[in-house]
Amino acid sequence: MNWIYDPWPWYIAGPLISLTMFILLYAGKQFGMSSNLRTLCSVSGAGKAADFFKFNWKKERWNLTVMVGAIIGGFIASQYLSNNTVEIAPDVISKLNVYGINSAGEAYLPTELFSLEALSSLRNIAILLMGGFLVGFGARYAGGCTSGHAISGLSNLQLPSLIAVIGFFAGGLLMIHFIFPLIFT
Amino acid sequence: MKTLVYLVIGTFFGILMYKSEAASWFRIFEMFEFGAFHMYGIIGSALVLGIVGVQLIKRFNIKAIGGQEMQLKPKNKSIARYAIGGLLFGLGWALAGACPGPMYVLAGAGYVSILVVIFGALLGTFVYGLIKDKLPH
Repeated sequence: MNWIYDPWPWYIAGPLISLTMFILLYAGKQFGMSSNLRTLCSVSGAGKAADFFKFNWKKERWNLTVMVGAIIGGFIASQYLSNNTVEIAPDVISKLNVYGINSAGEAYLPTELFSLEALSSLRNIAILLMGGFLVGFGARYAGGCTSGHAISGLSNLQLPSLIAVIGFFAGGLLMIHFIFPLIFT
Repeated sequence: MKTLVYLVIGTFFGILMYKSEAASWFRIFEMFEFGAFHMYGIIGSALVLGIVGVQLIKRFNIKAIGGQEMQLKPKNKSIARYAIGGLLFGLGWALAGACPGPMYVLAGAGYVSILVVIFGALLGTFVYGLIKDKLPH
């Protein structure tokens, strides 16, 4: 029964992601996860501060429901379907060790950043907060995230999505290759 | 009934994100280090099938349930917003090691620290809403 804990290979996962997109298209909806962040702001009353959040968020309830499902899915997968470790390439592990991240290969997320003890470090909180801020700000500025642009938009051969996805990767490469060495020393 | 369908789709997507390890910070780091094919395989195969499927939908004019049009509207033309917004998103994606979908998944998996990331993402969305008219689009 050990196979049940094994990670899914890319050639299973990729097609299932496009299946998710097509099911939502068939339901008359568009696959996009970051819109929920805007909806959550709106639900919390952000419409009083900016018109951007003044819209009929009840029309977006379907997507909030998908989001709640994703939370449940994360619970089920981590509790019953995974041994919660991720095996990555050995040379990538050595690079992480240089940055003081030694949990590679033994955890799902680096314990040096995501464990409860790590939250006592102001630096770690700043990293998590800043990372989240850039994701939220950037996704709305670009009008979509990995699901909305890299999957939905590119599948529909949208040039704007191609520009956004090139931006995603340029930003990621910049962070990992030029800013990580400054943060993790 | 409809709510239940979306809940099932979301749950399926959540299990998929976790089990494929696309929700793992390590996999995102590995991707930007070009250390393995895994993430490129996931996005690439999803994309190839996505492009073929969308072309078929257009060729055969396939409708969504109830005969309504599929949500395949072209995106607004611009360069600045996609390039700058995309770059900022990418910086955050690599730093937090999570994009919006996986954030919710990781919250369900019980990683309390991801709530800090989600709070940051909500804050980023809110600040964008406040200053969007001053930004080049």
